[in-house]
Amino acid sequence: MRPIDTIEGKAYPLGRPNIDTDIIIPAHWLKTVTREGLGKGAFETIRAEPGNVFDDPRYAGAPILIAGDNYGCGSSREHAAWAMADMGIRAVIAPGFSDIHAGNAFKNGILTVVLPQEQVDRLLEVAKEHPISIDLEHQTVTTPYQDRFRFEIDAFRKDCLLKGLDEIGITLELDAAIAAHEAKAHVETPWVEGAAKAA
Amino acid sequence: MATESKPRTLYEKIWDAHVVSQREDGTALLYIDRHLVHEVTSPQAFDGLRAAGRKVRRPDLTLAVPDHNLPTTARVDGAGHRLPIADPQSAEQLSALTRNTTEFGVEFIDELAPEQGIVHVIGPEQGFTLPGTTVVCGDSHTASHGALGALGFGIGTSEVEHVLATQTLLLKRSKSLEVRVDGPLGPGVTPKDVALAIVGALGAGGGAGYVAEYTGSVFREMSIEGRLTVCNMSIEAGARAGLVAPDDKTFAYLKDKPRAPKGADWDKAVAWWRTLATDPGAVYDKTIVIDATAIAPLVTWGTSPDDVVSITGIVPDPADLSDPARRAAAEKSLAYMGLTPGTRMQDVAVDRIFIGSCTNSRIEDLRAAAAIAQGRHVAANVKQAMVVPGSGLVKRQAEAEGLDRIFIEAGFEWREPGCSMCLAMNPDKVPAGERCASTSNRNFVGRQGPGSRTHLLSPAMAAAAAVTGHLTDVREFA
Ligand code: SF4
Repeated sequence: MRPIDTIEGKAYPLGRPNIDTDIIIPAHWLKTVTREGLGKGAFETIRAEPGNVFDDPRYAGAPILIAGDNYGCGSSREHAAWAMADMGIRAVIAPGFSDIHAGNAFKNGILTVVLPQEQVDRLLEVAKEHPISIDLEHQTVTTPYQDRFRFEIDAFRKDCLLKGLDEIGITLELDAAIAAHEAKAHVETPWVEGAAKAA
Repeated sequence: MATESKPRTLYEKIWDAHVVSQREDGTALLYIDRHLVHEVTSPQAFDGLRAAGRKVRRPDLTLAVPDHNLPTTARVDGAGHRLPIADPQSAEQLSALTRNTTEFGVEFIDELAPEQGIVHVIGPEQGFTLPGTTVVCGDSHTASHGALGALGFGIGTSEVEHVLATQTLLLKRSKSLEVRVDGPLGPGVTPKDVALAIVGALGAGGGAGYVAEYTGSVFREMSIEGRLTVCNMSIEAGARAGLVAPDDKTFAYLKDKPRAPKGADWDKAVAWWRTLATDPGAVYDKTIVIDATAIAPLVTWGTSPDDVVSITGIVPDPADLSDPARRAAAEKSLAYMGLTPGTRMQDVAVDRIFIGSCTNSRIEDLRAAAAIAQGRHVAANVKQAMVVPGSGLVKRQAEAEGLDRIFIEAGFEWREPGCSMCLAMNPDKVPAGERCASTSNRNFVGRQGPGSRTHLLSPAMAAAAAVTGHLTDVREFA
């Protein structure tokens, strides 16, 4: 996974609360074979609204999304995180997130930044015209003005995102322990190996 | 794992033998011995590997087979050429599995291979599932494999990718639940009825947070195929996995299976498998006891698998439920099912019959259904009666025994193996408003197609319903 250090650029000033996973990616997109391409279905119902932020050329390709409280509530579908990643979103700023969705976002290298509502409101205002910058190392969100908002993040998640480690990457850091288990199993339960092919 | 001072359960023994490392918060990195892969939950996992430039760590422990999307009609034309799959999305999911397994070097049983079948049928049948192993698949009915004394459970797509890349999973240990069923089973009472009785007793969420172990004389005497039926439905009671201790029946079942150990390895394996059973004095977190003699042939009346009632019973009255939430749920369920309280279950007419699914599509299931169908005919009001063997090997065996002729002569359709009408992801669907007597495991709203109504029951009961045209007490055919 791509390491995150700073994320800088335009931000979709969406702002609404309770964006559920059905809004992020509707159910009819689930019979798919890739994580890629789901960006086409992302926010489909919002995109049907005239003048929506996602089709506004000023924000095209923005790596940041600014939303209202309780972002990502609803089902556990990982397709929601896949859809956001596919449309190029690398961070979401909101006053609050659903736990499951925040976990799915993290698994897919998307940073979720929790800030108080007034600060989110200020960012929504600035983002209409200007880029936003998120510095993960220093845990700050800044604007071209003097705004500098500090956010909290779980130390383990921060470390993973900075190093670009996904859960698989973290597990692979335990490669020696896995290999040691395999060596032991090779001696104690050798019949378990090589079974995929019929004898 | 020979000598440990503290007595341990079967679950603890398998768990302990697979812990690679343990974190302070109690999360363990657990080694996975067997990974079964099918077309629906794997494409994004392979994509993830590709994007990260990773390989499948242990292709020798990974086995892929298509089942969910496959049509159950003929797969080749008269000249032996592969027939196209009409639904483009199904076709794409299926060809993605072919591409991915080729690219990543994963052993693949393709749709035309004689051993193709439902992932949970072929694991045991191939001897790929073994006692004491950890078995995962991106599918909740992986619980089935516990019938052989393997710890089997379902996982999500990110976890599929995690297992492909690392052959491990990050997990917390579940609590242990003993489900003890003692005493002889009455006439006409099958493993499916035992499974439904357990789900009914525990409730659809009663096993949540637990791994179940089935103990007692009923399971000791039950065949491996029967145990597979019971373990399969562990998830319908919310338990992530269900186990039966391996015994001589397990070893006899596995001996000479294509992917089972051979020669000296076999003897070594059996000796090790014999140490797995729960030690005397080991403690379960919870135990429930069910009296086998009280279990009747069962059917479901509602849209949750714990909505079970004896075939001689009636549609329950929601007004009898004191809890308002449960009453409202029961009313909604009956409205969806088109049933009136007080109706005798045996008076409920059915439109379709489905004999199949990973719960009940093995040879013993087909024999039991054929025994009822033999010399009889599907009733005039039944629009379709379908038999879908769980695998190509089951199908061949049934044909060798002449079961296909019995079914066809009785007016049943004899189909190619796959998941079929269990979840209606392929063209086999129950039309809206129609009622199906089904040997599958889920009677959820829309499970067999939008608006479909499902009654879960045993293969013999499904065959009995087919020939009478309504839900029927199989004991009348004795
Ligand atoms: S038969 Fe049904 S329950 Fe079993 S794996 Fe297929 S879809 Fe799932």
